[in-house]
Amino acid sequence: MSFLELTQGPLWYLASAVFVIGVLWRLIGILRLGRSTDRSVARASGLGGALKAIALHSVPHGGNLKRTLYHFLTGYGFHLGLFVLLFFAAPHVAFIKGLTGFGWTPLPRWGFLIAAEAAFAGLILMWLRRMTDPVMRRLSDADDHIATWLVFVVMLTGCLALQEAHDSLRALHLLCVEALMIYFPFSRLMHAFTFLFARAYTGATYGRRGVTP
Amino acid sequence: MKDLPDTGPATPPPAPERKIDAQAAIDHFIQGCGSHIGSYLDACIHCGQCSQACHFHEVTQDPKYTPALKLQPITRVYKRHKAPLSGVKRMLGLVPPELTPEYLQEYEELIFDSCTLCGRCTEVCPMGIDIASVVALSRQAFVAAGLGPPDLLQAAETSRDKGSPLGLTAEVLRDRIEWLSDDNEVEIPLDSETADVLVTVSSIEMMKYPDSIVAVAKLMNAAGVDWTISTKGYEATNFGYLAGRGDIAKIMITRLVDAAESVGAKLLVIPECGHAYGAMRWTGANILGRPLPFEVVHITEFVAQMIRDGKLKLRKTEESVTYHDPCQISRRGGATADAREILAAYSSDVREMDPTGNHNWCCGGGGGVQAIGTAADLRHAVFQIKINQVEATGAKTFVSACANCRLTMDESREVLHWPQKVQSLVEVLADRLEN
Repeated sequence: MSFLELTQGPLWYLASAVFVIGVLWRLIGILRLGRSTDRSVARASGLGGALKAIALHSVPHGGNLKRTLYHFLTGYGFHLGLFVLLFFAAPHVAFIKGLTGFGWTPLPRWGFLIAAEAAFAGLILMWLRRMTDPVMRRLSDADDHIATWLVFVVMLTGCLALQEAHDSLRALHLLCVEALMIYFPFSRLMHAFTFLFARAYTGATYGRRGVTP
Repeated sequence: MKDLPDTGPATPPPAPERKIDAQAAIDHFIQGCGSHIGSYLDACIHCGQCSQACHFHEVTQDPKYTPALKLQPITRVYKRHKAPLSGVKRMLGLVPPELTPEYLQEYEELIFDSCTLCGRCTEVCPMGIDIASVVALSRQAFVAAGLGPPDLLQAAETSRDKGSPLGLTAEVLRDRIEWLSDDNEVEIPLDSETADVLVTVSSIEMMKYPDSIVAVAKLMNAAGVDWTISTKGYEATNFGYLAGRGDIAKIMITRLVDAAESVGAKLLVIPECGHAYGAMRWTGANILGRPLPFEVVHITEFVAQMIRDGKLKLRKTEESVTYHDPCQISRRGGATADAREILAAYSSDVREMDPTGNHNWCCGGGGGVQAIGTAADLRHAVFQIKINQVEATGAKTFVSACANCRLTMDESREVLHWPQKVQSLVEVLADRLEN
C-alpha cells in the first residue's frame, strides 16, 4: 500500500470516524449536562432571543465595531476564505463528488487565489495578535497554538498539492487533514459548532427578559 | 483612559486563619456545570475581545482584568471532570490540574472585586458567552471553599440576621417610616392588612437616601394605588445572591414572598435597585423553586405604566437630563425603554450618554463590588468613564434608578472631586408631580 493509498484509505476512514463520532459525542454530551427550568415569567420569546443572538453575535454591535475591528476583519477574512476553499476549491469539489455523487461548479483559479490569500492573511494576523497582544497572550494556551498551526499546515499543503503534480504532496495534504480531523473533537476547534449553543443559550435567557445582549 | 492614576486593586491580605477547602469549590463547580455553562466553556476561543467591554480593563489596561480569565477556575474543573471526552483526555494526561487553594486565592480578586456582573462583556463576545452568570456561579463555589471578601459576606449575613445589610430591622423600618411620614406630611402605609401592591425598599435608600422613600410614596399616592410596605418582608437588596450565599438569597426572597402573600398583593414593586430587580424578577422563582404568585416590576416599569395609564401627570421641565442605565435594569433586565418613557414625560431635553441604554457603561459598584472595601480604589478609577460620559452630554441633571449605583457614584465623585450631583429618578419625578 502506497503512502497515498494509506491516506486515502484506512487513515481517511479512521480520521472520519474519530471526527464524526467525537464531534457528536461532545455535542450530545454538552446537551446531556442539562439545565434547570427557568421559572421566571418571560417578557418575550426565548426562542426568538436565541435566533436573534445567533445572528446578532455574527457582527460587532453595541458600538463595539471600532474596538474590535482587527478581530472582525481578520476573523472574517480567515473564516470566509477557509470555507470557500473547503467547499469550492476544484480538488475539494471533485473529492466531495467522488464521495457523495454531488458536485457543483468549482472556483476559478483567481477565486481560489483570493480565498487563499484571505484565509492565510486572516490566520497569520490572528496568530500574530495572539503572540503580541498582552490580553491574548495571557489567555492563550497550547491548544490555541496547536489548532492554529494545524490549520496553517493543512492550508499550506493544500496549496502545494493544488497542481496535483505529485501524489506525495496530495498524500501529505490528506495526512495533515486527517491529523486535524482527529484533533478537532478534543480541541477548541469545536467552537465551529459550540458557538451556536453558546449564543442560543444566552439569547434565550435574555430574550425572555426582552433584551438581546 | 490610560492616563488615569494607577489605582490597581489593593491585594486583599490573605487571612491566615482561613481554611480553604478546594474540594468544596470543585464539587460546587461540578454541580453547576449545566449545558449552558459547558457550551460557554467549550466555545471560548481566547480572542480577548471581552477586555474591550470591561470597565476594569478600560481604566487599567491590565490584561488580568480580561473577563474571559474569570472563566478559568471553572474551566479547569469542567475539563478535568465534566466535559465530554474528558475521560479519554484524563487517561492521556491531557486534562488541566486540579484546583488548589493557592490557585483559588489567585482568582479571588477577579471573581469578587473586579466583576460587577454587568454583562457588558457578553455584548462584545462573538460567542455570546454570558461571563457574568459564570462569575455568579464561581462566587458560590469560592464561598463554599471558604473564600470571598469578608465585608460582602458580612453584608449577606447581616441581611439574614437583621433583615437588611445595613441593619434596617423591622423596628428601625417602623421608626424611620413614621419619621419620614411626619416630616414630609405624606402617607406611607405600613403593614396594611391587605394591599394590591407590596412596595419593597432598599436599605441603601432608607438609611442613606430616605427622600427616595418619600418620593415613591408620593408617586404611589398620586396614582391612587392601594399599596403597603410590610415589616414581614421589606428588604429588596439580596446580598445573599451577590455574595454567593444561595441559602441567604433564598431566605431574602422567601421573606418578600411571604409578605406579599400575607397582604394578598398581586404586584411586588422593586425600588431603585438594579440587582434587587434581577434577583427577584429573573431569578427569584428559580431560587425559590416555584413560580412567584405575583408579578414583579421595577419602580421605573411601574411609573412608566402609571404615566401610560394617565394616572400620573408630570409638569414637564425644560432642564436637560441624562440617565445612567443600571446594568441589571437595562442590559440584563430588559426595562430599558421604561426609563426613556419616564424621561420623555419629565423633560423636553433628554440627552443620552454615549454609549447608552443596553450598551451603557457600569457605575463600577454593581454586583456587590460597592460593599467590597478592597475594591474601592478600582471602582473610583472606573467612575472616570461615567464622568466623561455625563460631561459629554452637557446635561444639567444626572439621574439614575438604582440606589446602589447612586451610592457608588456619590462615593467616587467625592474622591475624584466631581461636583455634579447624582439624583434619583423617582425623586426628580416626585418634585414634578401635578397637584
